[in-house]
Amino acid sequence: MARGQRAGRLILMAENEAAEARTEKVLDSTLESVDSAEEAVLRAAQQIGFDEDDMHKIGMSVRESMVNAVVHGNRYNARKKVWLSIAQTPQRLEVVIGDEGEGFNMDTLPDPLAEENLLRHSGRGLLLIQAFMDEFQIRLRNPKGTEVKMVKYLAKGG
Amino acid sequence: MSVKLTTRQVGDVTVIDAEGRITLGEGASAFRDKVRELVTGGHKKLLLNLADVSYIDSSGIGEMVSGFTTVTNQGGVLKLLSLTKRVKDLLQITKLYTVFEVFEDETAAIRSFA
Repeated sequence: MARGQRAGRLILMAENEAAEARTEKVLDSTLESVDSAEEAVLRAAQQIGFDEDDMHKIGMSVRESMVNAVVHGNRYNARKKVWLSIAQTPQRLEVVIGDEGEGFNMDTLPDPLAEENLLRHSGRGLLLIQAFMDEFQIRLRNPKGTEVKMVKYLAKGG
Repeated sequence: MSVKLTTRQVGDVTVIDAEGRITLGEGASAFRDKVRELVTGGHKKLLLNLADVSYIDSSGIGEMVSGFTTVTNQGGVLKLLSLTKRVKDLLQITKLYTVFEVFEDETAAIRSFA
């Protein structure tokens, strides 16, 4: 790579880093944490300029993910924490939520859209997150727990 | 605000007017308790009016499905009225449009129970 090109790339990287603001929180395994996580993420989403419809989708995705972490992951255990990370640029919002639960394999979860599962009481949260966010990844944390990463991009002209 | 549930009788149909949020915690459990109370009290034709419900999460959807099952198992019927666009979207994403009978107009909904 020519020297000028390399310098240009470094400047671009530096600009990108400067443009990204990151907030990290450690939350208790309570339903109050679900509300405070949603509020924190929506503040960031508002700064980026998402419209009302996207704000609703982002807020709901965060709630669903937080409920999974607090209720199904940490099972309201007061000794276990939930990690929330919010990274924002002018065009992109990234939210990462991690718990200290036993973890799970997505492939073994019942398909909530299968005819025989439509009347199940639960199991729709991840489906909604996938429908509402542009990117969604789930992985096991080390040494234990689950981490969900979701990204929403500001629509062009939005 | 959680959810406020008020009931009114239109002929033999019990209309549940819901207002607020049906989400994990108070909102979802209030809805569950109300449906059980009505079914236990012999009300078997239920119309859930969601016109003033601003927010339903997956727990709220779960309670609606459980309410539907509870009423159906008792030989009754639970139908939905006046969904907001967001709730319609949720029912579409979750394919629950194939489960619930949904009405825009209350008179037509009431008539459908006959």
